[in-house]
Order: sequence, then structure tokens, then C-alpha cells
Amino acid sequence: MRVEQIAVFLENKSGRLAEITRVLAGHNINIRALSVADTADFGILRLIVDKVDEAKRVLRANGFTVGKTNVIAVEVPDKVGGLATVLKTAEEAGLNVEYMYAFVNRSGENAVLIFRFDDMDKAIDALLQAGFTILSGAQVCAL
Amino acid sequence: MMRVEEIETLPRAGLESIQLKRLQALVHRVYDKVAPYRAKMDEAGVRPGDIRSLADLRRLPFTTKDDLRDNYPFGLFTVPMDDVVRVHASSGTTGKPTVVGYTAADISMWADVMARALAMAGVTRGDMVHNAYGYGLFTGGLGAHYGIERLGATVIPVSGGNTKRQITIMRDFGSTVLLATPSYALNLADAMADVGVLPEELKLRVGIHGAEPWSENMREEVERKLGIRAVDIYGLSEVIGPGVAMECLETDHGMHILEDHFLPEIVDPETFEPLPPGEPGELVFTTLTKEAFPLIRYRTKDLSRLIAEPCPCGRTLIRMEKVTGRTDDMLIIRGVNVFPSQVEHVLMGIEGVEPHYQIEVNREGNLDTMSVLVEVSERIFSDEVRQLEALTRRIQAEIKDLLGVTCAVRLVEPRTIKRSEGKAQRVIDNRRI
Repeated sequence: MRVEQIAVFLENKSGRLAEITRVLAGHNINIRALSVADTADFGILRLIVDKVDEAKRVLRANGFTVGKTNVIAVEVPDKVGGLATVLKTAEEAGLNVEYMYAFVNRSGENAVLIFRFDDMDKAIDALLQAGFTILSGAQVCAL
Repeated sequence: MMRVEEIETLPRAGLESIQLKRLQALVHRVYDKVAPYRAKMDEAGVRPGDIRSLADLRRLPFTTKDDLRDNYPFGLFTVPMDDVVRVHASSGTTGKPTVVGYTAADISMWADVMARALAMAGVTRGDMVHNAYGYGLFTGGLGAHYGIERLGATVIPVSGGNTKRQITIMRDFGSTVLLATPSYALNLADAMADVGVLPEELKLRVGIHGAEPWSENMREEVERKLGIRAVDIYGLSEVIGPGVAMECLETDHGMHILEDHFLPEIVDPETFEPLPPGEPGELVFTTLTKEAFPLIRYRTKDLSRLIAEPCPCGRTLIRMEKVTGRTDDMLIIRGVNVFPSQVEHVLMGIEGVEPHYQIEVNREGNLDTMSVLVEVSERIFSDEVRQLEALTRRIQAEIKDLLGVTCAVRLVEPRTIKRSEGKAQRVIDNRRI
């Protein structure tokens, strides 16, 4: 029910993102989704990749600070109001979104929303009860 | 009219005989009253009676900041606390401050030496003295204040901050003398330009600046921007505060040490052997007349040089050159002493923070800024911005609490901080002083 996500600390200086993608490509690791949270002083890169543990190992070996967290991937039809329905459910369950990002799958029919909620167990229950499709890590990477 | 004390123009032999009598009395007193001093003298095999000439001073053991820390807070005081009327404190090398104490007689002596220092800068009863040194635990504000009153001039106890109000006060009250750190003096000058107050609208004549290192270039800038004569003052809380040494108006090379109260030496920073006048080394002071908290051969860690040549002003007091550096890693940020070890102390106290840090000091405009760079380990890393920002705010608040200095905290990637020969370079000082 949960998808493993890698987070990497980024200092605001040129070439860091390029370096990460170069390291991952060099180990034949595919990035399925990503987002960058940035502040004036630093950034946090969040990645969903096909080989989580290997990605973590090689990035760490290249001197990056890497964390692993769980997120929820929700599949919704790629049409108007898709995100709104998920957020309405979250709101009704009293959940807070720590962050989220999204991508559209290859067929273009569905969108995948990646969420980090303050209460992940409660979020999974609420979303399943409301009838949403929650994807596993393998499913996300197979899309 | 300008005041020159008789003792300041005595022939050297006369001054030195006064110094010797005071030194002998001091050594007897601390040996009798202060166990740590007695222990150190016994260990060095020297008895109070062995001090027969000023040259015997070198037989006495040094006192260091570590001794002050080991006897924190009042262990080196020679009088009962009932006789102590005031304490001040400055930064120690770790979490604990360095505490100094004064009897009523000490406060009076301090006012005297400070008044004499002011007189060296030509300050008289007729002056309106704008005292912008901070009032509080820091010795600068109150030390200068009592000296100004002792001299009979009018003191404006404005303290630091609220720069615009300070300009209004200087203009409306007709301040003639400014006491401030050199960087704050420049800050005032720039703020005046911003609000359109011309130096000609003020009656300022002389500025007395100390408590932080400053260069001849800064002196010229202060003099040009404020249209005043800027002179240097030296002091440190352990010895007494401001009023240890002061530049006179007749020379811009060296500050007269108030030698009848503070006996100076320059020692080799490595061998600790005393050096003759003219040689550069670490400045060491023995307080000849202080009661509550006397110091014998206190190593200041300030680098300077003594100047024995006669001064055109007629004073026979020896001069010390502007302090050119430190023998330790102490930084002075906006007049506050900062030791890298204090920053480390804060970081080590925060769960998960690794001691990989670096302090970056810059001068932006006229104000010093300090940034602390902290490497992000996996233990403190979070994928949520909120958590990392909370961490930087916490580090910032704890440093502010301990050091009294606001700093920026910047999280950096691991191994960003250069290690040279396995040891990290802790301080990058980009100030051009």
C-alpha cells in the first residue's frame, strides 16, 4: 500500500541535481517521479525510482545525504476534479498534506498522485474506504 | 581644561617604584587569600617575599582563561561576596561565561582610569558624551559611564541600538564625544547619510572606539564620514573593562597603558618568555590595585607590541600598539567575544547533529555577520522542509541564547566543509579589517 521514496538533501548550488541524475543513470536506475522542494538556502529532492535500495546506496557512496520515506500513490482519472476528490476525502478525514506531487501515466488516461500525509495509516484507510485506487511501488514503476 | 595626572608624567624610576610596591602587596594578598593562586605559586616554587624587583615578575605563574573557568564563577575573588558590589561577565570558551567582580574601591579606581583615558582624548567637563557602548553584563557601557561622570562631563547613556533615535539625540543634545565600537560608529555615519543629516549639523569632535579590532582604513573612514578625530581605546573585562589603555591626541601610534594600575608584559606566544619593548608577542597584564578580582600575569591572547619611546604628549606611560591579532581562535562579532568551541558546544547538545560545522564571518556594510554552516547527516535529515527549518531555527536560537549573537544557520551537504590534514577548518573570516 505504500511506496518507498528517496529524499536527497540538496545545497543550493549549481550542478547538484545534474550530479544526482548522472549517478543514477550510471547505475541504470530509472526515475519514475520526482519533485524538488526548495527554500532560500537548501532543497530537498524526492524521487521514486525502480531500484530503491540501490539508488540509496549509490547516492550515499557519492557523498549525498539520503533518506527513505513512505508515501502513498493514488491513481485517479486524468480529468477535471481528479485531485479535488482526493483532497476532499483527506480533508473530511482531518488529514494534513505534508507535500504532494503528481505525474501522468504513459497511456495518458490516469494521473498518479504522490502524497505524504501527517497520518499515513489513517490516510490509507480513508482513501480505500472512499474507493480510491492505491498503487504499490512495483505498480508505480510498471506504469 | 585638559587634565594630565602627575603620575602619568613621572620619571620611569618613580613610576616603577610605585609599581613594585603595589606588586609586592598584591602578591602577598593573593597568596594569603586565594587558594588557587597559592597552589600555583607553591608549585612554581616562588614565595611572595621573592618578588624584590619588577624583573622578578617573570618568576610568577601565568593566569589563563582556563583558570577563570576552573574557578567559575567566584573562585578567584579575594574578598568576601559582601564586599563585592558589582559583577560583569563576558564569553568563556565553553558554555560558561567569564565572571569578574568589583569592590566599591574597584569601581572607583575604574572610574578614575576611565576618566584619565577620556582626558587623553581631550574630553573635559564641558563635553556632552554620547555613550553608545552596550550597558549590561558587558563592561563597555557602564565602565565608560562611570569614567565620564568622574571626569565631570555630561553622559548620555544611550547604549546600543535604535540608530535613528541616536542620530536625533546627537543632533538635538549637541553631543561632542562619541563612544562606540568602530563598526557601530560607521553604522551611525551611514544612517546619518540615509536620513540626510550632515556631519556639520552635529557638534561631534572626537570618537573613542574600541572593543573590537579595527584598521587604520576604518579610522580614516570614521574620521571622514563623521568629520571627527577617532581614537583607539583598549580594555578587557578580566583586567577591568575599558580604560586599560588609551591613545592620546598627540600620536596615532599606540595607546598609553594606565601602568600605575595595570602592569603590562609582552611574552613570546610559544615559549612564554618575556620580550623587550618593540618585540611583538602576547600581551600579559598584572592588575596592581584591583581588590575583588586581581589577576597576576593574565595572558590576554591579544597580540601587540610595547612602545617605550617618549610620547610628544609628555606622558611617560608606556604605549601598546593596536592589537594585531589573537593567539587563539576567538572572534569578535559586533563587540561580542565568540569562541568556535561555544558553537560546537551548542551543536553537540542537539540530538543527531554532527560536529561538522564551520563559522563564516563577513562584513556586510559596516556590520559583522556570522553564519554557521552545519553538515546535514542522515540522522537530522528529513524529507520535509518544515522539519529542517525547525532545526535551523533551533540551532540559531540556542546560539543566540549562549553567545548573545544572532547568526544565520545554513545546512550544507556532507563533506562540504573542507578538512585539512584531517582537521576541519572551523572559521572562515572574510572581513577585511
